[in-house]
Amino acid sequence: MKIQLGILLLLISTCFASAQTLTVCKADCDYKTIQGAIDSSQSGDRIFIKKGLYKESNLIIYKKSLHITGEEGTIIDTQQNGYGFSVEATDIIIKNLTIKNIEVSYTKEYAAVLLFKSYDFLIENITVENAFFGFLIQKSKDGIIHNNTISGEGLAEADSGNAIHLWHCEHIKITNNDVRRMRDGIYLEFGSNSYISNNYSTENMRYGLHFMFSNDNTYENNTFKANGAGVAVMFSKKIKMYNNIFKKNWGTASYGILLKEINDAELKHNIFEDNTIGINADGTNRITYIENTFKNNGYAIKVHGACYDNIYSKNNFLYNSFDLSYSGNLNSNKFENNYWSNYTGYDLDKDGIGDIPYRPVKLFSYLVNRTPESIVLLRSLFIDIIDFSEKVSPVFTPENLIDNQPLMTQVTW
Amino acid sequence: MLKILKYSFFDLMRSSWSYVYFAFYLLLGIVLLFLNNDLSKAVITLMNVIIVLVPLIGTIFGVMYYYNSKEFTELLLAQPLKRSSIFLGQFLGVAISLSMSLIIGLGIPFMAYGLFKSNAIWDFSLLLVVGVFLTFIFSALAFNIALSNENKIKGFGYAILMWLFLAIIYDGLFLMSLILFEDYPLDKVSLIGTMLNPIDLSRTLILLKLDISALLGYTGAVFKQFFGTSFGLITSFIMLTVWVVLPIFRIVFKSKKKDF
Repeated sequence: MKIQLGILLLLISTCFASAQTLTVCKADCDYKTIQGAIDSSQSGDRIFIKKGLYKESNLIIYKKSLHITGEEGTIIDTQQNGYGFSVEATDIIIKNLTIKNIEVSYTKEYAAVLLFKSYDFLIENITVENAFFGFLIQKSKDGIIHNNTISGEGLAEADSGNAIHLWHCEHIKITNNDVRRMRDGIYLEFGSNSYISNNYSTENMRYGLHFMFSNDNTYENNTFKANGAGVAVMFSKKIKMYNNIFKKNWGTASYGILLKEINDAELKHNIFEDNTIGINADGTNRITYIENTFKNNGYAIKVHGACYDNIYSKNNFLYNSFDLSYSGNLNSNKFENNYWSNYTGYDLDKDGIGDIPYRPVKLFSYLVNRTPESIVLLRSLFIDIIDFSEKVSPVFTPENLIDNQPLMTQVTW
Repeated sequence: MLKILKYSFFDLMRSSWSYVYFAFYLLLGIVLLFLNNDLSKAVITLMNVIIVLVPLIGTIFGVMYYYNSKEFTELLLAQPLKRSSIFLGQFLGVAISLSMSLIIGLGIPFMAYGLFKSNAIWDFSLLLVVGVFLTFIFSALAFNIALSNENKIKGFGYAILMWLFLAIIYDGLFLMSLILFEDYPLDKVSLIGTMLNPIDLSRTLILLKLDISALLGYTGAVFKQFFGTSFGLITSFIMLTVWVVLPIFRIVFKSKKKDF
């Protein structure tokens, strides 16, 4: 009993005693190197790095709870040598630093900050330049990644990494980050209950945001612009996607969102503009698309096979080359109360709902599905004529694929 | 040649048909802008109209003008004038006056609506350039048909048939052959097929500006090169020029040999 009490007292005393700040600078400080400060620190200490260029790499923090902050103008140059920080600890803060020149490797995932089994962390105001991986976070929980800027200079998918890469993580908040010119902007693999908001992801080679086997996540108010293939959500359940903007994702295999094997997701208030394909849905079940706007896309929505019980309601389809491309049976998917700019019907009883149903799939989009080269005939008079005759008496397009209550005016939210 | 051009031009400028044509475009422009309230959307609608109507009107005007001024042409032929300059002068007179009606008729409403402040100005100018090209191509083709046919009714018939073929039937046959041979690689064939029809060619040219996002959805490498770079734009313009030059050559050639 006495021993136990002694240990407890010792613990408490070390806790209080360790609240000291270690200052690192090039001259006139106790510590000249960051690693030196880390090595002589106690758990719970603060390390303050004064401004200057520090040519250090592989800064290892092992089982020490540290709060590391930099002055404005603190730059850590890893000189293409391994990791920036390599951390395995609880209650970690890394703030206000610039880390640059991360080594490119084809066998190891070198990152500016590597967190392994770390809980309660905060990574804030970090600028990573010339990154291979930005933040690589593995088997960690309850963290915040806020207000960071990560950019890479890789030229191909093979020699570039992801800006923020989460592997087996839970309850992570990723907010207000700017990620560009990487492979994936933000990548969650086996991650759950995470919240991603207000990020700006652009010019990434593969996806702006990428989910793999990650359930119960939410992302909102993000902007994804001109990425190789927009956002990919794959093999995940219960993803909520609100108020995001997907813009200018152009290319032969480029989408606003690629949905692959997704169940029970919800898309609400998103804007899809100038994408080759707005949403590419393949094997998606029980997804609700409510109040989204699709504007000037090549295809607004492209539905492949094996999609069941999806509801498309109150969306705006504005001036897309094709509103919908559909393969397979209708499979209890529902289109209702959408606004279609191509709708030519009338509303005699003035209840705001068109009196004749709208068929979003045109014969031409069926033909283009079958013979892709026929896309060169887009907007030809002949195509308009056959589309019209198909509209009058459907033969090829699914007969029950109709919006029975198309809206007469745009949905606003 | 310039004198004949001038004469034909002012002759047409005085005729009521030019005014009707001009008024039609003026009205079309105003109505489109009034209904759409959006410049870029109006440009798309206008494209559909221009691609179909400009060739039709060019064809009919060309044939009509040739047959109507036949007596005058014969009078001119009795003078010491080069044959090529007589016919080229007449052709250019028709083509230029039609192009003017088009440009001014559409230009006025769009300018009044604030075209210069909008970023649709490039789309709109491309549209006008394509319209002018189509006018030249189809009035040249019409002159060819009229030169080859003494019979007015036959000449008109062939001219309308030519328009119908290039505007609608060609695309139908094109689509059918694409579906028929869908097992083969078709990207080159489909691009060549587009090049061989001036209406399709102009349509593609405008699509390059307006619907590029849909066109890029197709994965063929040839398509990607054609639509994704300025290569497509340049090739299309070269082909359009070829389409103007070839019929004009035939006018010169045919008129030299023709027995009046």
